[in-house]
Amino acid sequence: MITERIDFKKNSVEALKSPKLKKALVNFTDRSRAFRRKAVNEVSEWEELRSEARRIKEDVINNLDSYLLELEKSVIRMGGNVHWAKDAEEASSIVVDIARENNVRNVVKSKSMATEEIELNRHLISNGINTVETDLGEYIVQLCDDHPFHIIAPAIHKTKEDISKLFSEKFGVPEYEEPEKLTEIARKKLREKFLSADMGVSGVNFAVAESGTIAIVENEGNARLATTVPDIHVAIMGIEKIVPKFEQLSIFLSLLARSATGQKSSTYVSLITGPRREGESDGPRQFHLVFLDNGRSDIARSEETKESLYCIRCGACINICPVYRQVGGHSYGWVYSGPIGAVITPQLNDLEKTADLPFASSLCGACRDVCPVKIDFPHVLLSLRQKVVEQGRKKPDPAGFMEKIAFRVWSFVFSKPFYYNLTGKMMVFLQYFYQRDNELRGLPYPFSKWTKEKNFPAFSKKPFRERWKEKYHGKNRTLLK
Amino acid sequence: MLRVLSGMGLEIEFPQEQTCCGQPAFNSGHAKEAEKVACHFLDVFGDGDEAIVCPSGSCVSMVKHYYAELFRNDSEKLSRVEKISSNIYEFSEFVFQHKEALSLNSAYKGRVTFHDSCHALRELGISSQPRELIKSLNGVELIEMEMADACCGFGGTFSIKYPEVSKSMLQEKTDSILDSGADAVVSTDMGCLMNIKGLVSRKKMPVKVLHLAELIAFEDTK
Repeated sequence: MITERIDFKKNSVEALKSPKLKKALVNFTDRSRAFRRKAVNEVSEWEELRSEARRIKEDVINNLDSYLLELEKSVIRMGGNVHWAKDAEEASSIVVDIARENNVRNVVKSKSMATEEIELNRHLISNGINTVETDLGEYIVQLCDDHPFHIIAPAIHKTKEDISKLFSEKFGVPEYEEPEKLTEIARKKLREKFLSADMGVSGVNFAVAESGTIAIVENEGNARLATTVPDIHVAIMGIEKIVPKFEQLSIFLSLLARSATGQKSSTYVSLITGPRREGESDGPRQFHLVFLDNGRSDIARSEETKESLYCIRCGACINICPVYRQVGGHSYGWVYSGPIGAVITPQLNDLEKTADLPFASSLCGACRDVCPVKIDFPHVLLSLRQKVVEQGRKKPDPAGFMEKIAFRVWSFVFSKPFYYNLTGKMMVFLQYFYQRDNELRGLPYPFSKWTKEKNFPAFSKKPFRERWKEKYHGKNRTLLK
Repeated sequence: MLRVLSGMGLEIEFPQEQTCCGQPAFNSGHAKEAEKVACHFLDVFGDGDEAIVCPSGSCVSMVKHYYAELFRNDSEKLSRVEKISSNIYEFSEFVFQHKEALSLNSAYKGRVTFHDSCHALRELGISSQPRELIKSLNGVELIEMEMADACCGFGGTFSIKYPEVSKSMLQEKTDSILDSGADAVVSTDMGCLMNIKGLVSRKKMPVKVLHLAELIAFEDTK
């Protein structure tokens, strides 16, 4: 949960100061866009897949309660346990309790945004349970005591020099330059952790209601190890992750891999249905699935914004976003960044503390075009903006109050042609002091925010409508030629 | 725009009462204020059968896609919105549809690059029309810049709320424009043009910033 207001402006201004960050962002977004485009162009029925996926997700969210009950039944039938968590606190407590009951000392985790959301690591560690992230990027982020920078590429803000230094500090090894060498060090360290772990915690990419199967998608093999080596596997899923039928999985797996990393398929796709069965020689002895609500059922009830829950966390919207490309993941102040962060963070948290985020977009709509489930981001953002303004009407802050007054005045002037024309004339008079070469500079607040870096066009002494009137004898309806 | 359209032999009227479509307020979350201005727009434009041609895709998109949302509880207004939506056109889209009537010959000689306005491209699906029109002009060569479809950073009040982020986006855009080697950038949205020109003239960049209509109706001033 967010405790302090997210100051997007402050965060982004800070991020913009770093040329290193800018370089990393441009490299990463350029590459991931190109990979995605290539992978998508290979599939002739891409648009049909998107429409079908959206239709399935729509059905899931409209009937979330019955699908969750069906999934619970299926998981129990296959020998697993299901836990319902209404919020972050409850979800973490459930995991901590499972660990305690089984005298768990060491936990290995695969990458999961749901566990970031509930700050599971903090809870486990404060209860004396060693918890290690095993995705390479997440491992690096954990070693730096940092937060993920991107939902699928958590450490893209770190250069290989940063990581080389980090490993040297933490492990007393020389500062290796080669990424292969660094990966090898991490691999060795993590292998020990896997072998000594009593519990593995994972997220869930998709959960099939009819079969009780969870699908986990990854490229490093760490999630497969984390979910098969330890005796206990706990998987945490946002309740929107359901897919009704097993056969529908293939649509989502294809959409996810191609949209996220431009792969035909991820290197590993683990399909897990319950714990080890009688007569099997490996796999965990306990399987627990935690249903995390944490505000999601409220979103599901909102006609205007429920499509936010269709998201399959591919990150394509983030990679295409021109705003993310400038400011990076941490500017969004929480687990999710880019367009999906701007949409989902305010809905999973206190709107007042997250009010900056729906406005952190130029509404260019590039995210909507690449989204594999066709989330209409501009529409959802606009709807959230209205909510922020409505809330501000009840409890205004100074900036919101000024803006409200400004739009009241604007609305009055722009609906009365007389005042509109009068204002235009006043502007011609007022702009005198700021004008040079038909352009304005150094305007007073709040227009100074524009003229600090850019010129603004001057108001014409004789506006178009006057020239029109003079030329065509004041007639409203005039034929040319 | 007037010169291009009248050159096509069209009868043109300019309703003097027109102001704005209401998008600035709507996009900032102020639906009530937007509604008031949108009502005025409907009063001015709502009843005719003529085509309404607009120099910005953004305004057209507001009327076509978001008026229905703004007036969702008002069936009388909704029917007017429906009618107006089928009559309203973004400039390049309209001219392209009637391109055989286009009689002007641009005096512009040189290489231009085209910037896609986000709303024309993604809300109205306009991409080939302005490019075809540019290519049809004698003495004008179209060269594509890198990421022509990337946002210029304007975004209405976004550029005032987060001017630093907006500027950083704009900087990338003007870098692409300059790297393309074109001597003019052409677009079809007044918002993008105002934004791009703002930085181009502040930094005295060696590139003209033109609306497509200005390019088509370009006159030799020498």
